[in-house]
Amino acid sequence: MENLENKIKINLDGKIIYARKGSTIVEAARENGIYIPTFCHFEGTDPKACCRICSVKINNRLMTSCTTPVTAGMEIESNTEELKDFRKSIVELLFVSGNHFCPTCEKSGNCELQALAYRFKMLVPRFPFSFPRKEADASNPKIIKEQNRCIACKRCIKTIHDEQGRHYFAYKNRGQHLEVVLDPVLGASISDALAKRAMENCPVGSILYKGKGFDQPIGTRKYDKQPIGSEIENQS
Amino acid sequence: MAEKSKINQILSKFENDETRLMDILLSINVMQGYISQKDMQDISVLLGISMAQVQETATFYHFISTTPRGKYNIYLDNSITAVMKGRAEVKEAFEQFCGTTFGKVSEEGMFGLYDTSCIGMNDQEPAAIINDKVFTNLTPYRVKHLVEDMRAGKSPNDLMYEDYGNGNNADPDVKAMVNNHIRKKSIILKDDYQPFSFLKTKLKEYTPERVVKEIEASNLRGRGGAGFPTGLKWRFGRRTDGKHRVIICNADEGEPGTFKDRVLLTEYPELIFEGMVVAAFATGSDIGLLYLRYEYKYLLRFLNRKLAEMRKKHFLGKDIAGIGDFDFDIRIQLGAGAYICGEESALIESLEGKRGEPRDKPPFPVEKGYLGYPTIVNNVETLATAVKILHHGAEWYAGFGTKDSLGTKLLSISGDCRYPGIYEVEWGTTIREILAMSGAADVQAIQVGGPSGMIIGMKDINNMDNSKLMKWYKPSGMMIAEKFFNRKLSYSDLPTGGSIMIFNNSRDLLGEVVMNFMDFFIEESCGSCSTCRNMPLIMKNKLQKILDGNGVSQDIYDLLNWGKVLKASRCGLGQTAGNPILSSIFHFRHLYEQRIQSLTQFDSGFDLEKATERAGKFVHKKPVFHHF
Repeated sequence: MENLENKIKINLDGKIIYARKGSTIVEAARENGIYIPTFCHFEGTDPKACCRICSVKINNRLMTSCTTPVTAGMEIESNTEELKDFRKSIVELLFVSGNHFCPTCEKSGNCELQALAYRFKMLVPRFPFSFPRKEADASNPKIIKEQNRCIACKRCIKTIHDEQGRHYFAYKNRGQHLEVVLDPVLGASISDALAKRAMENCPVGSILYKGKGFDQPIGTRKYDKQPIGSEIENQS
Repeated sequence: MAEKSKINQILSKFENDETRLMDILLSINVMQGYISQKDMQDISVLLGISMAQVQETATFYHFISTTPRGKYNIYLDNSITAVMKGRAEVKEAFEQFCGTTFGKVSEEGMFGLYDTSCIGMNDQEPAAIINDKVFTNLTPYRVKHLVEDMRAGKSPNDLMYEDYGNGNNADPDVKAMVNNHIRKKSIILKDDYQPFSFLKTKLKEYTPERVVKEIEASNLRGRGGAGFPTGLKWRFGRRTDGKHRVIICNADEGEPGTFKDRVLLTEYPELIFEGMVVAAFATGSDIGLLYLRYEYKYLLRFLNRKLAEMRKKHFLGKDIAGIGDFDFDIRIQLGAGAYICGEESALIESLEGKRGEPRDKPPFPVEKGYLGYPTIVNNVETLATAVKILHHGAEWYAGFGTKDSLGTKLLSISGDCRYPGIYEVEWGTTIREILAMSGAADVQAIQVGGPSGMIIGMKDINNMDNSKLMKWYKPSGMMIAEKFFNRKLSYSDLPTGGSIMIFNNSRDLLGEVVMNFMDFFIEESCGSCSTCRNMPLIMKNKLQKILDGNGVSQDIYDLLNWGKVLKASRCGLGQTAGNPILSSIFHFRHLYEQRIQSLTQFDSGFDLEKATERAGKFVHKKPVFHHF
């Protein structure tokens, strides 16, 4: 029998689950084998809630589940038709607002955007493609920052910094001109380990480690084998 | 590029404090007109952050530049009220006489021309900011002389072509040609105000609890638009423990069509500052900040002088008004051109020297705000009203307004009316009364609450399932049709931050007004949420398709459905960024129906005849089209 001390009861899509006190809805769901899609959320850092895909409905209000802590008796809608369609539309929105050509992308099969598109059975986005003109910045000796694929999720901004806490990545501009850029000064001396981690942490193929690619054949990669989220749903 | 010693000087003035990055950047911007890559690098070394982080803040704000700008920089307001008063001709004149186009700097580096979001001069458009001074009622003729004078090297003060405006606009520390246009006075704008009289004589008799109770009893709600009960906010702030507590006055009035705070700051600065001191007393705050939008920089010297006078009279500083242990002071933080900073948590981010990106709530600022301290953010008008309430009592205040919305509201009325300006009306005033008092005729639509509100129109719309739509698009204000002109301004009917824009029947609501509002949201989005960063542009393109005559009925339904996605955005800007289109579909659906190809179901997305025209010319043949 599980220890229910320090746990509170919440209602997720009509199902009673027990959540750790102080956990967020995303965490609580995952610990109970329920998958709520996320992009910008990255375990081990503060949630930033900028992709909005994890939105759930509480009291008929949309709230991001990566930032909202559970409270006793909370009633949450997550896997409804309306919210599934909403999440799918976010994926589509991210596709049409960048230039995502999966077959030529090094991240194909490991890409969370692609994986979610498969999970939501996206065929053709409902929104018109915008084909924005964006460039790849390959000036750094170790990293290519491919702006065509960036979804501005902030993961690299949050997770990649030096010992003094200085950020290697930061936002530039605002609105539709917003982009994530790599610091040219600090970035020049980025370590191999950190550069590789930046690539791993990027949910799409916007941060690429230079020199070697396609190490693992496409078709054998993480989401080629099983859909995104199933690692959570299939846990015993 | 600034010399390193100068940068060192500026940074040491702000004690190498990362949270003062806004002031650091603004100082360099004033000194040399822009901030170079090298400057950002020097700053980053001294602050111990990366260059990219400095750039993140620098590139967020409209009035901070990272490329060289002109000797004279002309920021021409592009709000819809300016467009209606002949902005296009003025813009053309600037381009012609300055010899460059908007968005660029002229070759000799003399003039920089820029479009800019509403600068709060809607009652005297077209208006522009030239080297931090405001120039109103522009015409092509005036532009010609302005440019000639600038070429002759005159200072911004010597460029004025009109007398200084009325009231404090003529103050030696203001010297602006802005006019107040106060058209209707009630309890806030009345001349009976004796500066600091409550502070001087009565505050001693009050406990903080009694102040909060009095405000709660008056049922005062936030005047910025959201309408959160002020007394409750103060109570929350007071209840939260913290090493410091912070009172912030939000003077980042950015909602297009709003200019009431401009007038309050010009004519009643003491009232606002007294409100801040009283709020500090009630909540036990020791830090005071007034966030002044960059567009109102021309008031900065004047306001700082008022603060200095207060310090002399012991209304700021230690043991204020002789009350032991009541220490509080106010600093004015200048913004740098970002509408989103009017959102309280974005404002706090900006105050901390970061890009103005709203925070996720909870925690709310009253729990964790500026530098992590409990923070109470109040609108300029809210603080001014609070003083009046305390002075006369909540009971007196209850004699004004309606049952659910007590008191008065300052309205900023502009657009197609004879007397644009500031009107202080009691809550419960109907739209029809507002039109009568401002001298508006032949009205097609009214925008209540600015672009993030909704558009209200004249024509009757019977063939729509409104109740269903209204469920999704609960308005925060609206573009109103005549059918609704008997509706009342109140928190239960038509809540508003005070922006009222009137459009007569000659206006192209979709092509002019709605498009202008959409451009505004696209320009002012912080870009953090995937929804607000991308969706408004997609919706605008869709509207353009309809305006071009290529729309089909599915497009209208697409707009309604796609607009829902925005509701998931973090802040009010994102959530309402689709409102101009959604509310105009709701109130003016016939305008959309008129422009779509009502008989076709097939969505080509373009005009086939036009697209094949050029090819046809080459082969000297006109293709035959079969329309289905």
